[in-house]
Order: sequence, then C-alpha cells, then structure tokens
Amino acid sequence: MTALKVENLAKTFQLKKPLFRATPPGVRAVRPMSFDVAAGETLGVVGESGCGKSTLARMLVGLLEPSAGRIEIAGRALDNADPEEFGKLIQYVFQDPTSSLNPRKTIRQIIEAPLKRLYKMPKEKREARISEIFDSVNLREEFLDRYPHEFSGGQAQRIGIARALAANPEIIILDEPVSALDVSVQAQVLNLMEVLKAEFGLTYLFITHDLAVVEAVSDRILVLYFGAVVEVGRADSIFANPRHPYTKLLADSAPVVGRPLTAPEQKGSELPDPLNPPTGCAFAGRCPRATDLCRKTDPVLEKMGDDQFAACHHPL
Amino acid sequence: MTAFLKLLFRNQLAALGAVVLGIIIVAVLLTPVLPLQDPNVTATADRFLKPLAEGHLLGTDHLGRDMLSRLLHGTLLSLGVGVAAALLAALIGSAIGIVAGYVGGRTDNFVMRGVDMLMAFPYILLALAIVAALGPGLMNALIAVAAVNIPFFARNIRGVTVSLAGREFIDAARLSGMSHTRIVLTELLPNVLPVIIIAMSTTIGWMILETAGLSFLGLGSQPPQADLGSMLGEARSALITYPHVSVIPGVMIFLIVMSVNLLGDGLRDALDPRLRSGALSRPRATTLVDRQGEVPEATDDLLAIQELQTQFHVGPRIYRAVGGVSLAVKPGECLGLIGESGSGKSVTALSVMGLVSSPPGVITGGAVRFQGKDLIGARYEALRRMRGDRVAYIFQDPLSTLHPLYRVGDQLAEAIRSHHKVGKDEARKRAVQLFNDVRIPNAQNRIDNYPHEMSGGMRQRVGIAMALANDPDVIIADEPTTALDVTVQAQILSLLNDLRRDRGLAIVFITHDFGVVAQLCDRIAVMYAGRIVEEGPTNAVLERPAHPYTKRLIACVPELGGGRRELAAIRGLPPVVDDLPPGCAFAPRCDKAQPDCKKGEIPLDGAGTRAVRCLYPEADLTRDEEATA
Repeated sequence: MTALKVENLAKTFQLKKPLFRATPPGVRAVRPMSFDVAAGETLGVVGESGCGKSTLARMLVGLLEPSAGRIEIAGRALDNADPEEFGKLIQYVFQDPTSSLNPRKTIRQIIEAPLKRLYKMPKEKREARISEIFDSVNLREEFLDRYPHEFSGGQAQRIGIARALAANPEIIILDEPVSALDVSVQAQVLNLMEVLKAEFGLTYLFITHDLAVVEAVSDRILVLYFGAVVEVGRADSIFANPRHPYTKLLADSAPVVGRPLTAPEQKGSELPDPLNPPTGCAFAGRCPRATDLCRKTDPVLEKMGDDQFAACHHPL
Repeated sequence: MTAFLKLLFRNQLAALGAVVLGIIIVAVLLTPVLPLQDPNVTATADRFLKPLAEGHLLGTDHLGRDMLSRLLHGTLLSLGVGVAAALLAALIGSAIGIVAGYVGGRTDNFVMRGVDMLMAFPYILLALAIVAALGPGLMNALIAVAAVNIPFFARNIRGVTVSLAGREFIDAARLSGMSHTRIVLTELLPNVLPVIIIAMSTTIGWMILETAGLSFLGLGSQPPQADLGSMLGEARSALITYPHVSVIPGVMIFLIVMSVNLLGDGLRDALDPRLRSGALSRPRATTLVDRQGEVPEATDDLLAIQELQTQFHVGPRIYRAVGGVSLAVKPGECLGLIGESGSGKSVTALSVMGLVSSPPGVITGGAVRFQGKDLIGARYEALRRMRGDRVAYIFQDPLSTLHPLYRVGDQLAEAIRSHHKVGKDEARKRAVQLFNDVRIPNAQNRIDNYPHEMSGGMRQRVGIAMALANDPDVIIADEPTTALDVTVQAQILSLLNDLRRDRGLAIVFITHDFGVVAQLCDRIAVMYAGRIVEEGPTNAVLERPAHPYTKRLIACVPELGGGRRELAAIRGLPPVVDDLPPGCAFAPRCDKAQPDCKKGEIPLDGAGTRAVRCLYPEADLTRDEEATA
C-alpha cells in the first residue's frame, strides 16, 4: 500500500520585481519530482545544503504551497496547503529540538495542542492519551509541567517526537532529527524511532545529510541534487553501487575509519547558482564524466538495475 | 519573582528610582483621603504666599489656591494620563507590530510604510495637529500622545515578531491545528510580552513629559483643573517674581520622569536575557588567571598543555570545564581531540591563547608552554603578538568569524599587517598567494568578495588562509568542518593534510567525528567531563579502545557500508561539570562500573604511547605495547 504519493511536485520561489525591469525567473527550489513511499517504509532523503530537502519537507506537511504537482497521503489528495488538514495524516519532527518548543509553554500545553485542536478531545481522554504517548517515548510524566529550557537536547527531541505522535499521523517527516544531538544520544533517539515505528505502524521520511545514519535507518534512499532527484535505490546497495556520479561523490566523501584521506574532487567546485541555473544536468560542472550532451539536455530518471533509478546520461 | 526583584535592586540607581516613584505614588494615591484643601478654591487675598506659610505648606499660586493640594491632584492626573497613554500606545502599537510581523508580505509592507509616514512628522507637530483637530482637553491630549508613540511600539514589536515567526515552534503550532489568531495570542504574545514591557518602561517617562508639554501650551487640561503641565504654564508669568509657583511642579516632573526612567532602565536590564547573562559586558582581553599550586616544568615539545585547569565562575557555581588536561604536539604532527559537547575540548583549545572569555572564565592551574615558554599569565602584549602569528585558530563557523562588512582580502591583509610591517600592495599580493595555497579558484577576483558572497566551503578556506597568513607553527582547528557538507568537508580535510605535510605545521584538531579523526590525525585524545580519559596513536585507539567510554562512543557512530541495523547507544547523559561525582565521571553510565570506580582519583595510566584513565580497561595496554614493539 502507498502511504505517500508525490507527482510532479515543484516549488518556485518568485523573486521581487525590480522597479524598471521585467520580473526575473523565480528560484526553482524543488524541480518537478515524483516518488512514492510504501506504508511502513522508511525513505531516506539525502542531499547537501541548498538541494531543496527542507522545501520538499515543508510542502509535504502543508506549511508551504507547492507551485505545481500533487500530494496524495493514504489515498487522499491534499493540495490546499492547510496544515490543519495535513496535521492528522502527516507530522513533522524538527531539526533543532529546543527551537521547536515554545519556551513559554509547559510540555503539557505543547503536547496537548494537537489533541485539542485537531481532535477536539475532552480533558480526561487527553490525559490518558498523553500518558500513553509519554510512556512510549520513555519520558517520565513529571516532566509534563516543566518548561522546555529544563531539558537536554535528547530529551527535548523526544518531546518533539511525542508531539508529532500525539496527532496520530500515518507519516512522520524527520528533518535532520539527530544532527543537533551528541553521538551518544543520537543513537538513543534513532533506536526509539525504530521502536515507535513498529508500535504505531508509522511511515517515515528521513531527511539528513549524514550518509551513515541514513543508511542505518532507511529501506530506500532518495538522493537530491540542486532541487531534483538524481538517484533512488535500496539503502543497502545505493552507496556501494551508485549509478549517478554525484551519489558516488557523496559516498567517497564520507569520512570512514581506515580509508586514506584523499579529496574525491580536487578542484574547488561549488554548487550551481540557483539564480542562474545551468542548462542540462546541474551536476555537469562537477562531473568527471560530463559531455556536451550533459550540458545541453537535462537527464530524466531512468530504471537501472532492479529497484534503482538514476538521472544520468553516462551512468557508472 | 524574588530572584527577579533581587536582580532589579542590585542596580542601585533602579532601586533609588523605585523608592522615589513609590513615595510619589503612595502620596498621590492617598490624595483623596488626605485632609487637603480643595485645589480649585480661589482666595485672591492669599495669592502668591511663600512656602511654609500658615495653612499652606507649599504656599499658594496666583489665584491663592493651595499649592500642595494642586500639586498632588495634578500629579495624580499627570501620572494617570501618562500611564494611560503608554498603555494605549503599547496596545495599539504592539497589535500592529505583531500582525504585520506575523502576516508579513504585502500587509506588512503597507502597514509599516504607514507607520513610517507617521514617524516622519516631528512628534510635537503631530500631537499639536491631533489636538487641533480634536479640540483641546486632557482626553484629547492623551489620544495625541498615544498616537505619537504608536510607531515606536509598532516597529519594535514587529522586529521581534518577524524573528519569532520564523522559529520552528510556530510551524509546529500550525501543524498542531492551531488557527492564526490562536498562534498570535498563545504562541507569539507570551514571547513578545517582555519586549513590550521593556519598551513601555522606557517610554512612560517620556509620555508624561509630552502630556505636560501639551498642557503647558494650554492644549491639555483646562482651567481650573490642575495637572503638572498646566501648573507650569500658569506660573510662567510669575517665573521671576514668585519662582516657587513654577519650581514646585517643575521639580515634581523632574522627579517623576527621572525615577521612571531609572526604574525602567533597571527593568530592562533585569528582563533582557542578553543583558542578564552578561553578554553585553565587555570581556577582558585575556582570560583571567588565578593559579593555585605549582607550575609544571618545561618540556621540549612545540606546544605543551600541562595539567591545565579552566573554570567558569557563574554566581555561586563553579563549572570545572577543564579539569587537569595535559597534551603535547610536535612539528608536523596532528593531534585529534575528541569529545561530546560540554566535554571541555573547545575550552581547552581557547585557554591556550587566553581566549576564554572572562568573566566568567578563570584559568586556575597548570601551564601552556609554547617552545618552553609559559603562556598562562603572560602579559597581554606578549600574547597578542603570538595570537595568529605563532599559534592560529580555525573556528567552526566561518560566517560568524569573518566580518560581514569588509572584503575577505582586506581582512586577510589585516591579519598579516597586524604582525608584520608590510605595505598594502605587498599584503594584498600575499593574500592572493594564500588564496591560491588554499585552492580558491580565481583568487585574484575572489579576494574582493564579501563573506556573504562565498559558499560555506569557500568561506572556510578563507578561514584557513587567515590562519596560515603568518606562517604559524601551530594551528588549532575547532570543528572546522562540522558546518560543511560532506563533499566540501572532504576537500577541506585533504587541504589541511597537505598543508601540514608541506609546511611542517602542528595541528590540534578538535572534533566529535571518529571518521574525520581516523583520516587526518596521528594521535588522538578522548575527553569526557573536562578530562582526558584515553590517548594514544589513532589506529591503536580506534582498533583496541581501552576506555569503556571510547569503546562505546565508537560503537555509537554509524559507519557507511554497515547496512540497516540497530545502533548502539549509551544510556544516560554526560554529567554537568559543576557537580562531578568522585571517581570516574563515566561510572554512572558504564556497564562495567564497580564500587571502587566511584571513589578517589583515578590516574591516567599508560604504557608507552598509550594511556587510559580506567581501573578496568577494555584492552591491556602493556601487552599492546609489547606487540607493537
């Protein structure tokens, strides 16, 4: 069963019109992309800063209106960018655990909000539900009447997860949920999310820049570059057998114990300029295999091997 | 609340203001019940009586009315109008500010340009125009004063709201199904409220003054009603002959405005979190040194940190951020310093050049020797000459270490010129050379960029170029790649590695990433709760970690190529360093902990190149050493 289906979803940010000139073309933060996530699956989304990860996530939860395309969650089409509608089906766990909790509200007020607003639950039922959720994220109930600043990063992130769970969603988007945490705490949170997934039958979209983490938790991985999907494949094979040169560059760049230090890319290359995007493949400027074809035509996602797709004219 | 009051009254001027204002308010509130004469009864026979005259403590005015009675009634009115105007202005101004800041876009633009237009008028002219349109009277003066002050609140509150509206908790509230009105009222307002109070406390005195000004001009309270401004206005004609009639209300205005402002400033300082944490107090040029105990002997290392202890004294609490750390590097060597946040790795690094901010930082023991010379307690001039010249730093976030308003090339040239007497052109030439050294493409043009025009990776290259500018002997790199993308990280790491080989640089590399350390460093030291728990050659430590913490921390870090799996975790949290348990700091989280782990000092023991601070190490170091020998 498909939990989340995205078709040709795109977002272009319009730029301000200068006083005397024509409106410049907008910044294409997310170029039309389609993918789907099966119920119970964890889809990892990897990419570097500026690749459109966060824009994609914000569209999926209805915080940002897409410029084009459609989003279908559990068979229902949602295209009105209304967080209230989205909230019951899909929730978000934020990157910075402390900045995602209102400093002037108690934890109880924070967790109660989705129950009160989305489900109009009466007080006794809310109490019962909150203690149930708190129990499953391993937090003590005495924390409920404290304020966010009293918690460590790991605890605050579990509170953030509890809030997402309270809305009883089908899908949770995890936007760099552990990158602000220390490594010893990071594993606690990742393992907890795995347990919760089984307990509540959740589907995850896991956004991160950390390849090792995403490989450890995902079933499939989507690699983004410059607002477009460049490769999709199974988590256990995509970094070992990448088809797109960018995926290979990513995998080669990750620091691994026991691998000698070499720069996989010698020239000091930078990401293409979003205000002045190149024609053809966006990666061509950094790609060792690039030809004239790459600089002229943008490759489309094609099937390469079992469950692997890559957008490349000259795959590896 | 009591803590807040304590903080407030530690400021003696604020306390003085509170006392004066308190006396005035009590006197004014008691006015209706005090046995005073009617303020409006005239007795022309008794006009202009001097103060202390019989029956009139403060004398009488030009119509023979009792000054004391008029003063108290007038103060009541002036205060009341001032406070009401401040409340009105705060209410309307904040409402405009919050809505404009939250909604943003066109609404924001439209509303704020309107507010700007209001601000473009001289305030007194605007107030006069409003009163002229509405007609004179105290109520209209109040409206005028409030209207004149609305822009101040609107702009202030809008600024705060814009930064709050972008915070993640607002998004979270929307996903919780809250309506916009509810978000404004329950999420934004409580966070904006302190700012509104601060703004009010600093403007209320000003508003009392403005009301008095309007009354003075005859546009506020109408005779015979007394307020401070109109009393002054009426006394104007007798200013020279009977000064007490104008001096008395004048002094009262002075006292009120003065005390309100003093108290307001105190309130602002006590409420503002930045001021409260002391962020705006200027730190000393070098870290405070208060060394107890003996200073260790010199060694022949290039840079040696010996038994270093750095503490933070915050109120009654003492945080032992660095509790006796010893490290040493030789030329061309790279030492990795690994630890989680709060383990004291950055404070160790900053202590080397006395860069820990004081207050609250204090170096309380040990020594840092560069080529045998002790740097702790060295004079500021001596330290300043070495900073960036012999020992240079690379920090985590190049965006916050580069000055946003200067071109990167100029900043680089400045770094050279502050240590060497070279001309501008020469410095620029060296800057271009350095840009080439750190492989910034198109160096000749890039040098004239501003920091915001460069990508994160390029900015960090500038940071490295700046560290290299004076050909230092030691570079201390504090998480230089943490803020960067992996592909960029790989480039920066290999660049650092090449530089160290080419120039014989010693690098102290601070990180939390084992992968990075494994690729770059010759030796590593692992820190936990302000102390080194294990050190040794990189491969030996990573392959056979001896301290349980090292072993489990390595297991926590997922490695690429391991496939889908459950990750190892360490239960519990790192300890807070203001209250460390006796014995091993890791014992509460350790599976192998025995009763004797929790008492007494556990030494950093080792054999040969390796050392571990553990009673029950995971690996036998002596055997390890024999095997390598």
